[in-house]
Amino acid sequence: MPFLLENRQIVTPGDLLAEGDYLSGNNTHRDDSKIYASRLGLVEYKGRRVQVVALNTFYVPAVGDLVVGKIVEANLHGWTVDINSPYTATLKASEALNRPFRPQRDELSEFLDVGDLVLAKVIAYDRTRDPTLTIREPDLGKITNGQIVSVSPAKIPRIIGRKGSMITLLKKETRCSITVGQNGLVAIRGRNQGDEQLAVLAIQKIEQEAHTSGLTDRVSEMIRTERGSVG
Amino acid sequence: MTEKPTLVSEKGLRTDGRKANELRPLKLEVGILSNADGSAYIEQGKNKILAAVYGPREVHPRHLALPERALLRCRYHMAPFSVQERKSPAPSRREVELSKVIRQALEPAIFLDKFPRTSIDLFIEVLQADGGTRCAGVTIASLALADAGIPMRDLVASCAAGKADGQLILDLNDAEDKEGEADVPLALMPNSNAVALLQMDGLLTIGEFDQVMQLALDGCKRIYAQQKEALKAKYLAIKEEAEEAEEE
Repeated sequence: MPFLLENRQIVTPGDLLAEGDYLSGNNTHRDDSKIYASRLGLVEYKGRRVQVVALNTFYVPAVGDLVVGKIVEANLHGWTVDINSPYTATLKASEALNRPFRPQRDELSEFLDVGDLVLAKVIAYDRTRDPTLTIREPDLGKITNGQIVSVSPAKIPRIIGRKGSMITLLKKETRCSITVGQNGLVAIRGRNQGDEQLAVLAIQKIEQEAHTSGLTDRVSEMIRTERGSVG
Repeated sequence: MTEKPTLVSEKGLRTDGRKANELRPLKLEVGILSNADGSAYIEQGKNKILAAVYGPREVHPRHLALPERALLRCRYHMAPFSVQERKSPAPSRREVELSKVIRQALEPAIFLDKFPRTSIDLFIEVLQADGGTRCAGVTIASLALADAGIPMRDLVASCAAGKADGQLILDLNDAEDKEGEADVPLALMPNSNAVALLQMDGLLTIGEFDQVMQLALDGCKRIYAQQKEALKAKYLAIKEEAEEAEEE
């Protein structure tokens, strides 16, 4: 039996996507030989695999993900971090310091205090345990300057683009360094406010129009005209 | 005692001019509250209802969290100005029951086991009531859940049918609900063809019940078609805009 729907058509939860010998991909569920959509999104058929690219999701942690988090509490042995997810993360002191941690001497709020933003990596998570983070790797750690844009985590793949095409374009055209957290928070650092503002606008446009085609061209055009009007 | 009003005229028309198997005019909107993770609004005849979904998020108070699955919490509430006589804003016995009934109608549609130790909080606020609010509540709650990006087996569409003046009718309004002979609210998961909610108030023969059930199932399927349109509409509008800008 052939595919039931057109590629990249919008589907709603419960829609029948395929019947027969197919693999159930992201955001789909299977009932015997039938594959249904589990989220509102765009259906994609890739060979035998059927998947739905969701239009809105929330962030579910995965080991190895880069995330932008906000410190909500400094405890005796570590920090509690909000990573824009149903589960709050913890950052242990031993994963933050470059030397052995001495609980009697070290005051943790001197390193990271409530409200600080950090770029971190998820090192452990499963359904029984809250995620734990590390910042003991190059380029990770406290975010001291720049801007943060919040987008729906569903749109993150679109901001990165196929093989990083979109993010490369953004970095080149806006002359900013852009770090994409998988949890929907994007850190932008540029040489001046104008560049940063341009990057923010471009990312917001991508989020709005993520499900349309020909987006890369439209974004690059938008950046050029915006830059022209600013001067 | 006032006399019972005529609900179905000799021509077979109802108090609001509908035929027996006709739904009230239905308007559905998705994603209208920016603070909520997902939201929806319905106008069904004179009914006006809002639904908002938050989550999955951490459970407060903590001890309510379930180790195996997410907790679905539902609050159905009628605004004090939603009915002719001011309704006390405190949750009544009826509202507590409807909250539970709506929650149980939605639970089978959501993949709760995917997000253990979290809660999904659902708020249904009736702004103006004209009968059939539990059904309208289920209908938009499932839209708000889909809008929030919560994985679901199916949408849930809901509609009532019943009997007034001896006639079997679809989608009862307030007068038909109060003065009529029977009211059967029904919620359906259309793709799996599973009934998620079925209640009955009043008296029907077994034969009549089968017919009423068929009426309500048919109504649910018509509502389901509009639910799908409403969910897609939010994104199709942006798509068209973008494609127009492309052509310029």
